[in-house]
Amino acid sequence: MKRLLKGGRVIDPVNGIDGVHDVLIDGDRIAAVGRDLPVDGASVVEIPHGLVVCPGFIDMHVHLREPGQEHKETVATGTAAAVAGGFTAVACMPNTTPVNDDANVTAYILSKAAEAALARVYPIGAVSRGSKGELLADIAELKQAGCVAITDDGHPVKTAMLMRRAMEYAGMFGIPLIEHCEDPSLKGDGVAHEGYIAATLGLRGMPGACEALGVERGVLLSELTGSAFHVAHMSARASLRAVRKGKEAGVRVTCEVAPHHFTLTDEALGSPIPYDTNTKMNPPLREAADRDAMLSGIGDGSVDAIATDHAPHHYDEKKVEFDRAPFGIVGLETAVSLSLDRLVHAGLIRLPRLVELLSVNPARILGVAGGSLSAGAPADVTVIAPDLRVRIEAARFRSRSKNTPFDGWELRGGVAATFVGGRPLFVNPEAGLAV
Amino acid sequence: MSAPVITKVDETPAITSLRRKDLLGIADLAADEITLVLDTAEAMKEIGSRPIKKVPALRGKTVVNLFFEPSTRTRTSFEIAEKRLSADTLNIAIASSSVVKGETLADTALNIEAMQPDMIVLRHSSSGACHLLSRICRSAIINAGDGMHEHPTQALLDAFTIREHKKRLQGLKVAIVGDLMHSRVLRSNIHLLTKMGADVWVCGPPTLIPTDITRSGVRATTRVDEAVADADVIMLLRIQLERMEGAFFPSLREYFNVFGMTEARLRLARPDVMIMHPGPMNRGVEISSEVADGPYSVILEQVANGVAVRMAVLYLLAGGAEHETAA
Repeated sequence: MKRLLKGGRVIDPVNGIDGVHDVLIDGDRIAAVGRDLPVDGASVVEIPHGLVVCPGFIDMHVHLREPGQEHKETVATGTAAAVAGGFTAVACMPNTTPVNDDANVTAYILSKAAEAALARVYPIGAVSRGSKGELLADIAELKQAGCVAITDDGHPVKTAMLMRRAMEYAGMFGIPLIEHCEDPSLKGDGVAHEGYIAATLGLRGMPGACEALGVERGVLLSELTGSAFHVAHMSARASLRAVRKGKEAGVRVTCEVAPHHFTLTDEALGSPIPYDTNTKMNPPLREAADRDAMLSGIGDGSVDAIATDHAPHHYDEKKVEFDRAPFGIVGLETAVSLSLDRLVHAGLIRLPRLVELLSVNPARILGVAGGSLSAGAPADVTVIAPDLRVRIEAARFRSRSKNTPFDGWELRGGVAATFVGGRPLFVNPEAGLAV
Repeated sequence: MSAPVITKVDETPAITSLRRKDLLGIADLAADEITLVLDTAEAMKEIGSRPIKKVPALRGKTVVNLFFEPSTRTRTSFEIAEKRLSADTLNIAIASSSVVKGETLADTALNIEAMQPDMIVLRHSSSGACHLLSRICRSAIINAGDGMHEHPTQALLDAFTIREHKKRLQGLKVAIVGDLMHSRVLRSNIHLLTKMGADVWVCGPPTLIPTDITRSGVRATTRVDEAVADADVIMLLRIQLERMEGAFFPSLREYFNVFGMTEARLRLARPDVMIMHPGPMNRGVEISSEVADGPYSVILEQVANGVAVRMAVLYLLAGGAEHETAA
């Protein structure tokens, strides 16, 4: 069937489009973008004034937890959360049980994604078998089965030698190595950012240098091997400095920042709820200078992507002492609102740049379809409502887990609709859109 | 019910009860609340000197001492305090190993709560454990030490002991020397002493000084002579053997040479200096035996005062005089 999204502001940076256009979808593909396209039997979706039609958003850092940790999330619940949050595709991390270090695990995840038929799922394979940092995983088979990148996320790749080999090997397929940057000995048993807040609360700290050391290592090895290196969930100002330095030197380094790292600081550990385990993640919420550096990197283009590091945990697992709680928060259903509120409405960036961060660049870094509304591209479309008043209600999340520090927050900007392969999989009734 | 006689040394405090359900840390307390506890403790101390060391203030109240870490001094002190106030007390000591196999802290607390205690005194190895209980329990939660965070009754008994000797806290130079980073006693004492206007110096090897500690309103130095010069009070903190494994310092011998409190160093302080230690002491590491056992040491007075201060905290959290009038 044909569907005509009529009269919205269309932002498609790849094709240099930013203006009131129509978008014609034919089946699961984009047929055309243009002014006053003929209806020609298509069902018409009137885009109300103020809404913005974008190429589908891609969250390149998500933990779907399946197989093995289905009490936290499944591919079905995670991709339901994705479309509700405006994401047409997610890349899922390999730290499942078992680890996605084997083409059979990849195939299993993709079969679950096909069953759910919600957001597209791009599995990311492990660098090493069991992510143990000893032997390389079967990277060619993982790639063949559908993996789009490799990482030992949750941990850094154990040794510089293994990382070098993985980069060289993965370079043959043109897939990036995504790194959880961290020096394990400097992290020690840290549970929070090393700073005044952790010192006052009596929590063991991990300094920003712990992350930056990992970034420096990766940049150097990317330079050595010529392979693409992507910094996951960057949080420290010294890391940003290392990325900028690498980019200036022509190294193939890219980076992502999570909404919680450009929104919150370590002050959130003490207030409003002292020792709230939903403020515990790794890398941790850092001090204001780090948060401000992330904002400046987003503003000046040093940061390539916004990715959530969506890390669902069951409430039992989080309802414990701070130092015993697992790291991580969910992010799929809050990312777009936080980005609009904290980046666009704060005057830091304009909408086309936001579309680059959420769609164009993730597609480019992972080498996957999407990121544009070019004719013939998959009809993955996110319609946002930049001025919609949104109240975050964790209890209403589609995600199986509700571990967010943003419950009850009121933000300006939300998702109006999410189309995947031409199918409207999420429509927000509050945004005034009728599909 | 007869109230314990509250005798006041200086002016009457403006308040007669604590404005809170729990005692989670000194950070939350206002200066007038601290003064109220210290004044109340003076009356409580008098009870301890009577032939019959018991008053009915907490009769019919149930207090659970829930200890997830080994403790002799603090647990005993709380228990004696509770008994002198006629509370029904119950001690639960849980080795953390059994928690690993068993139920969560929240479930343990809720099970105890189901039996309707009035107060839970919690000692736990995790910072913030008392805040977790405070959010889920109706009972008053008293922090008896949580991880590296706070040990409020220790700071209160330290302040009580200082005030007994110096008649004030305002303007005193207090030097705290030792493992600052891992010490909950330090954090509670910093909150308390800075709120009460003392001039607080902290000293230790740079590896054991918490990040940005000077933002707490204290002065930090690695030169112990500077810290103790003209000090009115020197407080030593325990150095744990296992810190060497973390490479915080090379050896206990070297630590003692550089930071240990010796009679020679003591001479830099004021002639009426008080030597304090929250215990347990490592003789010959953070403090020489000559100093620990010498004339300036008030270490055993601290222990004695612990009972009176804990009686005051229990009494005030139960509602103080207002509660007794209502009853």
